[in-house]
Parts: sequence; structure tokens; C-alpha cells
Amino acid sequence: MKSKISISNLDFYYGKNQALFDVSVEIPEREVMAFIGPSGCGKSTFLRTLNRMNDTIPIARVKGEILIDGKDIYAPKTDVVALRRKVGMVFQKSNPFPKSIFENVAYGIRINRMHSSKADLEARIEKALKDSALWDEVKDRLNTSAFGLSGGQQQRLCIARALAVEPEVVLMDEPASALDPIATQKIEELVVELKKKYTIAIVTHNMQQAARVSDKTAFFMLGKLIEVNPTQIMFTSPEDKLTEDYITGRFG
Amino acid sequence: MNESIHNRRKLISSMMTGLTAACAFFAIAILLMILGYIAVRGFSAINWEFLTDTPKPVGEGGGIGNAIIGSGLMTLLASLIGLPIGIGAGVYLAEFGDNWFGNTVRFLADTLIGVPSIIVGIFVYTLVVLPMTRQSGLAGAIALAIIMIPIVARTTEEMIRLVPKSMREGALALGAPQWRVTWNIVMPAAATGIATGAMLAIARISGETAPLLFTALNSRFYNYFYDQPMSSLTVQIYNFATGPFEVEHQMAWAATLVLVALILLINILVRFFTRKRF
Repeated sequence: MKSKISISNLDFYYGKNQALFDVSVEIPEREVMAFIGPSGCGKSTFLRTLNRMNDTIPIARVKGEILIDGKDIYAPKTDVVALRRKVGMVFQKSNPFPKSIFENVAYGIRINRMHSSKADLEARIEKALKDSALWDEVKDRLNTSAFGLSGGQQQRLCIARALAVEPEVVLMDEPASALDPIATQKIEELVVELKKKYTIAIVTHNMQQAARVSDKTAFFMLGKLIEVNPTQIMFTSPEDKLTEDYITGRFG
Repeated sequence: MNESIHNRRKLISSMMTGLTAACAFFAIAILLMILGYIAVRGFSAINWEFLTDTPKPVGEGGGIGNAIIGSGLMTLLASLIGLPIGIGAGVYLAEFGDNWFGNTVRFLADTLIGVPSIIVGIFVYTLVVLPMTRQSGLAGAIALAIIMIPIVARTTEEMIRLVPKSMREGALALGAPQWRVTWNIVMPAAATGIATGAMLAIARISGETAPLLFTALNSRFYNYFYDQPMSSLTVQIYNFATGPFEVEHQMAWAATLVLVALILLINILVRFFTRKRF
């Protein structure tokens, strides 16, 4: 499988605190890669280096190299705005804008001037909402507030919003951690469906979830990448003792 | 034993609730008493002539029509100057102001909020009135704008800081440039709060007398031009109230009632236009 993102020797610092140590990993194209590990192990920090979301933190510092499609995203002339359009993100807590359902999905399309006409905009919104399996539930109330949706629906709206700008990579930071089992199941089915078109990196606390949705799994601990393997191998015969201890619930 | 602890806790709980309720009642009661007193004292003197006429010598009636217009014109111009600058400064402080410059501006704004308004009047007197060689509505409006700016800047900053980081990140993650995140996501999300801050500032300057004494002075005539001395409700109230005759005191109460009613009206209008839609 061709790799979409190549990370080599990545170090990350919050001021003087080092949060990631010499991480090297390949994220394959059109697959789901799960990142697991105990709280504070750096998996969210790692995910946020991939769309340079850590740039918003003034004291953050990155060393090493991240290539997406062979291009260094930390090169000085990289257009961060263009990068983030290509690498979409879904957050742990759903964060719809205080606007209507329609306008939430329209926002990314509008700011990137992707639509040719009003009809095209509406078609794009319908497609994004269908791709995120939300269309049937909201098609009759597109102009009502996004805050009127349930937690699971809000999260799928955020996924629709991310998909509407036609990214190539979708980063998901514990997208189902605040949702009930039924909503979680919907998100998981969606993740599996989305990998036909997108490269997906998903951070999760829930190991069963990683086992269910991912093709490959990476295990982080204390800022270090301990093991990367196909998910099936990872959960049946892990190579590293630490991985085995973690997935069998001996700590974390 | 358990029963008695439970009862004791319930008793303390209701006592504390009652105490805070009493404080809340006390706070609102004073306000209602002031408003009620103004209404009772002022209402009888209000009639059409009073609302539309200019002041006349004692005993000949007259009114506050020109003062209402003057207050309106100066508040309007002060808001046109003060709100954009204040809101702009608040946006800067909240979004980009975590540096020495932002800290300096924040400190100076806080200092300016605490400066007695008469000092602002004297400042504008030297800066505007002396070069123009006369008092004017413009000078009054500038003085009011100077009082407004730091209040609006600080409330805008506070309101913008309340917008959750997650909302900004959501927009950034879609490829929105920083200015668009501020303009289309953060500002609308903070709009109600910013409007409340603006309204408080407008209400505050509508009640200012001291900075107008040196700057706009007063006028006995209808004046629609900013280069001439201009009458205002507050200065007119001051003149009425310091006069020796009971008729004038009566008119001071009536003018006060009009001023309070206008501030209330501005409040209601701003609330209506910035109500939460989503």
C-alpha cells in the first residue's frame, strides 16, 4: 500500500517539555490507521502536527520531517491554509458553529470558493451530509440551528463539514469519546465507509474501536511510538511487551 | 442522628438561599425606588411643549426639545467614532494581544476607564475647543467617544475570549485564514456580548455631564450643526437643578425621566436586534 504521509524522526516540544520523541511512521493511503495509548502519551499532539494545528500554540516547536504526498509540510513556504484544506480534522468534542445546519457545512465550501453556483453549493452540501450519514435525519430542517442536533448528530455534522471541503486526509481525534454506543457505532461504520475515498488517522482511547475500524494500529507511550503493526497482528500477537500489557489492560 | 444532620443541612441551605434572595431583592429595590421616584416627580411636567420647545426664562414654560436632539446627535457621533475603534481594539487584544503591546494597551485602557470624566473634558477642551476657538457638538462628541473607547475595548475583549477555542480550531481546520475565523465565526458568536458592552457604554455616555460642560457647553436654540455649541439633556438637567426656582426643579425631574426612558429604549432596541438566532 502506498503511503500518504511519511513521518520521520519527529520531535515535539511544548516550551521545554518534550512531548514526542523521535517518531517515525508511515500512514498508508486510503486506509484507516488508529493511534492508541494511555492518556497524555502524545497521540493527540501527534495528530495535530499533521495539519499544523499546533501552530496556534505559541510555545510549540517541531523538529523532524512530515511529508504528505512527498512534500514537507513544515517547509517555510508551505501554505498552512491550503494544507488544512487538504488535511481535514474532526475533534473530540463536536464543535459546530453557531449557525444553521446548512451554513455549517457551507462554511468551508464558501471560504475556499469551491462552488460555481447556488445549486452547486446545495448539491455539495447534500453530498457531504449523505457521506456522513446525516442527510436523512436533517434534510427537512437544514435551516435550523446546529445546536438543536443531538451529540452524535453534531459530531456527524462536523464530519460532513470536514468532508465538504474535499480533503484527502481526515484526522479524527477521539471522535466518539463523548457519544453513546449507538452514535458511536454510526461513527465507526462511517469511518470504515470513508476509507474508500480518504486516508484516515484516528486517535482513540477505546481499543475495541481501534480493532473494529482500523487496518493498522500504532501504540504510543510517554511520547514514544512503541509499535506499529497491522491491527490484526497488534491485537492478537503484539511484538512489544508494553503493547501487550496495555491492550490486555494491565495498565493505562 | 442521620435525620438531624439532614435537617440541619436543609435548614442552612434554605437560610443561605433566602439571604442571597434578600440581597438580590435589595439591589433591585433601590433601582426601582430611584426609577419610581423619578417617574412620580417628573411625569406631571411632561407634555408636548416640554418635549419639543427650547428653554425659556423661568415662568414662561419652555422645554428640552433642543437638548434631546443635542444629546442624540452627540451620542450618535460619539458612537460612530467610539464603537468601531473600541470594538477593533477589543478584537486585537483578544486575538493578537498576548504580547507587550497588548499588555500595555490593556493597562492603559483600564487606567482610562478609571479617569474621572471631567479630566477627559479638560483634555478635549485644550485639544479641540481652544484651536476651534469655541465650544461645539463635535468637541462634546469627541469627549464622549474617548470615554467610550476603553469600556467598549475591554468588554469586547472579554466577550471574544469567551468564544471557545474549539470553535476557532474547527474553522481553522477547514482551511479558514485567521481573519476569516475572527470575522465570520468568532465575532458573530460574541455579537450579543459585544452589543451588550456597546450598550453599556452608550448608556454611560448618555448620562455624562462633566465632560460636556467644557466642550459642548449648552445652547438655548435648536442646533443641528456639530461646529456650534450644543445642548444636552444632562447639562440641561444640571442647569435646571441648580436653578433657584421650584419650576426649574420640576423640569429637571421631567428631563431626567426623559433621559432614563431614552436609555431604556436604546437598551430594548439593541437587545432586540442582537437576540440569539441560533
